[in-house]
Amino acid sequence: MGFLSLQNISKSYGATRAVADVSLEVEAGEFFGLLGPSGCGKTTTLRMVAGLEAPDDGKIELDGREITRLPADRRGFGMVFQSYALFPHLNVFENVAFGLRARRIEAGEVSRRVTEALSMVSLSGYERRGVDALSGGQQQRVAIARAISIEPHLLLFDEPLSNLDVALREETRTELRELVKRLKLTALYVTHDQEEAFALCDRISVMSEGRILQTGTPRELYEQPEEVRVARFLGRNNLIEAVRLSASHAEASMFRTTTGGHSLRVATQVGANLPLNKPCTLAIRPEHLQLYGKSEYEERAREGEAAENALPASISSVSFSGATTTIRLEAAGLSLEALVLQPDGFEPGASVTVRLPPERIIILK
Amino acid sequence: MRNGINKSTSAFIPDPSVIVLALVVGVVLLYGVVYPNLHVLTASLERDGSWSLSNYVEVLSERAVLEATLSSLWLSVLTVLFCALVGVPLAFLFERYEFPARRIFSILASLPLVLPPLVGTVAFIFLCGESGILARAFQHLFRLREAPWSLRGWTAMLLFHTYTMYPFFYVLAGAGLRRIDASLGEAARSLGASPLRVLFRVVLPQLTPSLLAAALLTFMTSMASFSAPLFFGGSVRVLTLEIFNARQRGDARLALTETVLLAVISLGALVFFQRYEGTRRFVAAAMKGAPRRRQPIRSGAARFAAAACGVLFTTLLALPVVTLLIVSFARTGSWTTQTLPSAYTIDNYARIFTEEDALSVLFNSLEMAGIAALLALVWSLCVASLVSRRRLRGRRIISLLVLVPWALPGTVVAVSIAEAYGQSNPMTGSFILVGTFWILPVIYFLRFMPLVVRSVQASLEQMDPALEEAAAGLGARPFRRFLRVRLPLIWPGALAGTLLAFVIALGEYVASVLVYVPRNRPVSIAIAAEMRDFNLGTAAAYGVLLIALIAVSMTIAARLER
Repeated sequence: MGFLSLQNISKSYGATRAVADVSLEVEAGEFFGLLGPSGCGKTTTLRMVAGLEAPDDGKIELDGREITRLPADRRGFGMVFQSYALFPHLNVFENVAFGLRARRIEAGEVSRRVTEALSMVSLSGYERRGVDALSGGQQQRVAIARAISIEPHLLLFDEPLSNLDVALREETRTELRELVKRLKLTALYVTHDQEEAFALCDRISVMSEGRILQTGTPRELYEQPEEVRVARFLGRNNLIEAVRLSASHAEASMFRTTTGGHSLRVATQVGANLPLNKPCTLAIRPEHLQLYGKSEYEERAREGEAAENALPASISSVSFSGATTTIRLEAAGLSLEALVLQPDGFEPGASVTVRLPPERIIILK
Repeated sequence: MRNGINKSTSAFIPDPSVIVLALVVGVVLLYGVVYPNLHVLTASLERDGSWSLSNYVEVLSERAVLEATLSSLWLSVLTVLFCALVGVPLAFLFERYEFPARRIFSILASLPLVLPPLVGTVAFIFLCGESGILARAFQHLFRLREAPWSLRGWTAMLLFHTYTMYPFFYVLAGAGLRRIDASLGEAARSLGASPLRVLFRVVLPQLTPSLLAAALLTFMTSMASFSAPLFFGGSVRVLTLEIFNARQRGDARLALTETVLLAVISLGALVFFQRYEGTRRFVAAAMKGAPRRRQPIRSGAARFAAAACGVLFTTLLALPVVTLLIVSFARTGSWTTQTLPSAYTIDNYARIFTEEDALSVLFNSLEMAGIAALLALVWSLCVASLVSRRRLRGRRIISLLVLVPWALPGTVVAVSIAEAYGQSNPMTGSFILVGTFWILPVIYFLRFMPLVVRSVQASLEQMDPALEEAAAGLGARPFRRFLRVRLPLIWPGALAGTLLAFVIALGEYVASVLVYVPRNRPVSIAIAAEMRDFNLGTAAAYGVLLIALIAVSMTIAARLER
């Protein structure tokens, strides 16, 4: 049983089911992410945890105590909104002091804790400024200071970085994670940005259409997606429709691709109990494809290296984007995308050999 | 949980306070809006203790009533037409072109909106009446034996209506033009459309909702117009005037039936326009575009012409008010056949401020408008809190009922309240208002609270809902959230709306004239009485004082809203 526990939570608006049967456990001190495209129910889930919406069904527990129907003002959670929701009629000090004053804490203590919270977000000296006079990044930090000032049981973030520009976003997210970890707070973080979620969170639930598809650490999700939607949503993936042919070896099995009819050996264990002759989807990351020029491949073949899963292909396009170059390939009707560091020698129209390493292919549900 | 108030929204106000709020709002709407109007409707359908339409048959078979109904309709249609012809081109001029002193003129152009109709009528009489300044000037200039025209009938009413109501078109068309994305016009031009084609195929279709809203406001204001037909309608009968006359004669049945007729036409217009508007609403797909920049008028002659037009136009607008100011300083009896009064004095003002009776009407109006405005402020905070709760059942019906007194002509509101609260009736919980001081504050409240509710609602809609959620998350209880977050943020808008209701109530005449008593005689009644007694100077002085009070209030309101 985690520190925060959601058990079979559902919420509908009219006929639309915003959240359907969501369960998750967040451990104390964990930075937990809810990741998914817009409209997937992640914000609704967060708002139910905050007490701003009530679930139609299910139970929310904090530290073993049920809080499903507890009003938001009695939960003691700090929340940071996408729009920051700073009170425009109050200055920085009064914004941060708002939650402390609501708790009737005496003036000296209020002032001490506001100063402390502001220094934690490096905004000391900004106490008397109006919130309109601050930049977006500074407003963001005031919102964070306001949320941590009440020493919350749980910090809730609703896409708090999406209004910042890219450079500031990356900087703020590093600071944010350090701050939360230093204060040993538990955080629930909602975002649609996979990179942001990966950088911030210890564990992530990927959501789609009101349901949780998969929960895991960023590496687990990236390297072992369990289903097509997760594989598609997290980074780029080559998805290949295929049929399983045999389970000839204990640790590997053979597949035939639906387009192109290529034979592929897959060496991964997950999904090894898949029935024979049933269509399924294989996935391989573009950066895991190995690409060889004609002469290079013949040389390697002579040396007897790695002939399996090698397909002849032609390059249909090359797009250079700095550190990496994306190369689109056509292998007897099968379209693939490869990511290479060294684009020399790869021109559109050139014939190449592409190899799909058996240990890198994932079988999806 | 599904019926009534949905518990799941309890994040904002706990249920007990919502129930109390709903109860208060319900009772006020029941007694202020539903009961009086139903009472009038049923009374008009009753004849000798049984239900029948015979009242209508009888009333409508009278030539006079039919004539009055048709005149009211015809007058309103023509008013809409003329106001559009003046207001829309003016809006284009001020929104599309830049010329010297444009800003000042653009503000002045909307001024007639806050001029009390009765004061405007009086000023018009002094300016354009047959013994007014313009007529006398003409007469002296061309050495005529008589006044060259008389301010009577259709022309006079249409002239006055156009003067006081064109700002509806000017303001709304202007706002509509500002919202139109300039790139749409530019896109049309790049596709080869001529400027005229752009105007008719791109600009005007998008302006339709604004123009319809303006037409509706103008139509309803014109249907409700009373002062103009009373003072210079001449032989033209209109419904508001007929109702007033019927009540003066003591013919309650005729008055009631005509009241229902007027109410039905007004509400019918509202429904008609909103239907039509609903089918023609344009949703700007992606409103990221910029409004069109004003074109500076470059050529010297055109600049001069534009500025000259501006000056001429402003003078025309200011003339009635200037006239009022001049007449307010005229010595009694010094203005007979001359163009301008021959002798000036401050006696008129001195009289108002020294004679107890004369001063008391000012205080009456201030007191009653103040009470009504304060009630409206508190009321609109209640209604807005209730209606802003998205999942509350019946919020649409509340919004609708709140708007009803605004949609009904003042005459109808006054008659229905007077009829419903003429005697106490323990069965319906009705009590006596007629003949008491409170009848006017109550009627002012009912008539003008929709304005305040709308401005409070607009302020609430602009407020980020996350603010109150953030306050809740920080541990602030509902009352603290209301006091520390909601109230400070909607205060400027709420106060501006309250001030607007206050100034309109200050000069109210249409409803007051039907039900005032000596104890609460308002300033508008005093103005009409002074006009009747030919104390033109005193009437004008009252008018000037009213305008001064309105100017101060509106300046404060403008400051607040900024």
